[in-house]
Amino acid sequence: MKRPSLAALLLALIPFTAMCFSVSLWDRIDPMLLGLPFNLFWLICWIVLSCVCMWGAYRAEAARHRQNGPPA
Amino acid sequence: MSPAAICLTTILGIVAIGTAIGFLAGVHRKMDLEQWTVGGRGFGVVLIFLLMAGEVYTTFAFLGASGWAYSRGGPTLYVLAYLTLGYVVSFFILPQIWEVGRKLGMQTQSDFFALRYGNRYLAAFVCIVGIASFVPYLQLQLTGVGIIVSVASFDGIGRTPAMTIAVVLLVAFVFASGVRAVAWVSVVKDALMVIAALSIGIGIPLIHFGGIGAMFAALAHARPAHLTMPGATPNLGHAWYVSTVLLTSLGFYMWPHAFAASFTAKSGDTLRRNAVVMPLYTLTLAFIFFAGFASVLVLPGMSNGDLALLTVVRRSFPPWFLGIIGGAGALTAMVPASIFILTAATLFAKNLYRPLFAPGMSDDQVAKLARTTVVMLGLISLMLAIFSSTTLVSLLLTGYAGVTQFFPGVVLGLYWKRVTTVAVFAGLLAGVASAVFLMLSHRDPLFGVSAGFLALCLNFLIVAAVSLLTPAQSRDNRGLPHPWELQHA
Repeated sequence: MKRPSLAALLLALIPFTAMCFSVSLWDRIDPMLLGLPFNLFWLICWIVLSCVCMWGAYRAEAARHRQNGPPA
Repeated sequence: MSPAAICLTTILGIVAIGTAIGFLAGVHRKMDLEQWTVGGRGFGVVLIFLLMAGEVYTTFAFLGASGWAYSRGGPTLYVLAYLTLGYVVSFFILPQIWEVGRKLGMQTQSDFFALRYGNRYLAAFVCIVGIASFVPYLQLQLTGVGIIVSVASFDGIGRTPAMTIAVVLLVAFVFASGVRAVAWVSVVKDALMVIAALSIGIGIPLIHFGGIGAMFAALAHARPAHLTMPGATPNLGHAWYVSTVLLTSLGFYMWPHAFAASFTAKSGDTLRRNAVVMPLYTLTLAFIFFAGFASVLVLPGMSNGDLALLTVVRRSFPPWFLGIIGGAGALTAMVPASIFILTAATLFAKNLYRPLFAPGMSDDQVAKLARTTVVMLGLISLMLAIFSSTTLVSLLLTGYAGVTQFFPGVVLGLYWKRVTTVAVFAGLLAGVASAVFLMLSHRDPLFGVSAGFLALCLNFLIVAAVSLLTPAQSRDNRGLPHPWELQHA
């Protein structure tokens, strides 16, 4: 099976780092932003930012599929 | 009319409309096995989105997540992370699964293992673990319906009759319409769920505190420890968070129904696009958290957190509104429950019974047996839901500890030529056995790390080590070139 491109994998690593591995950096209440505790605010932001990252990954993969002709 | 009657009538109306749509979806189609299980492989972006949102956002999201926000606090945030990251993982595996699935005519997850590894005992074992993992997930949904109806009837109707009615309805529409019914009922269910989440997430803090910001300020003042990890728990800290998020996001599409949903897509690109937009749906859950956290101060001291959300709704809104929330909640339990039953029944008939006991069965006979199995599974899960009680989140995590053990076999099967059948079988056995042992002996979490995740690490290590120690398999056990290699020829 064709492996995904490095660009797509790196883009996917960003949400994993932000929402999972870095938890001890952002799991606190202050500063409260938009009325939300910081940890909740951070996760909600990253739900949206993850879509942006994956849209980038989609573009990277789509470009590759065009180059190699339509997938079999 | 009494408040209970208004409320129950509303719920019943919503469930009736949902069920009617489910029946209509299957009316003009001939229901052969291919149509019943994978919808003829013709679902575009919209139907796929509906089907996947339909099966992912279950009663767990509704009552379980708010229940944990109420009773455990901070650790419940793992839900927002794992749902989002589950879609990120899906971007790299679902299109590939779809591609081999179409090429080799797969309908179930067990087909994948049978065709990739050429061993029917491995495929049968995958089936058994899959079906067993569904049991707690199904039980979760039925318990949810029981809670909704008993709160909505102002404790007038017990959980047992409520759950019985729910089982009868959902068995009936799965029996009649298959996977298409589920995608269409999801239209009603998802619309209602978004409305319900927004109105209670904004409404409850507004009514009791004057706004979301004021509610969190009050909570941060009164119970600051509740808002971060480990919250109100002794051992669910950051190590637990990271390991649980990894376990559940990797396992997200290892559920047999979620895995099989990728076969319904029209193209691999549909699935890739779906992975980009699906995380946005997770925002709905944030509002359910607002309501759950607000309940901490509105209604302190409830012993069962899963009841918190609806009890606060009952106290804050008129009965007809509780009816709408309850109806949305009932559909969010019944839609996923019906797809679980459908998947488990197909697995049983097609991948367990036929290959091991009756190799001569035709596809039509398999479809018939699957439908009979639907009825049996409905009854079994009803019995379990009536006779046991655990929190909704614990039920979900138990199921995840089982299904995530498929991950090494799937992902290495797709991307690593060197992986061997013996290795995958050994890793899966070790993973499942250690997860079951740790959970049954109450060692979850172990040293602050999720037990299912530890089992997954062991599983991965064994698959990698044994693969390197056994001879490479470039041909299947009949001496033919491996089907995987044909596509590059």
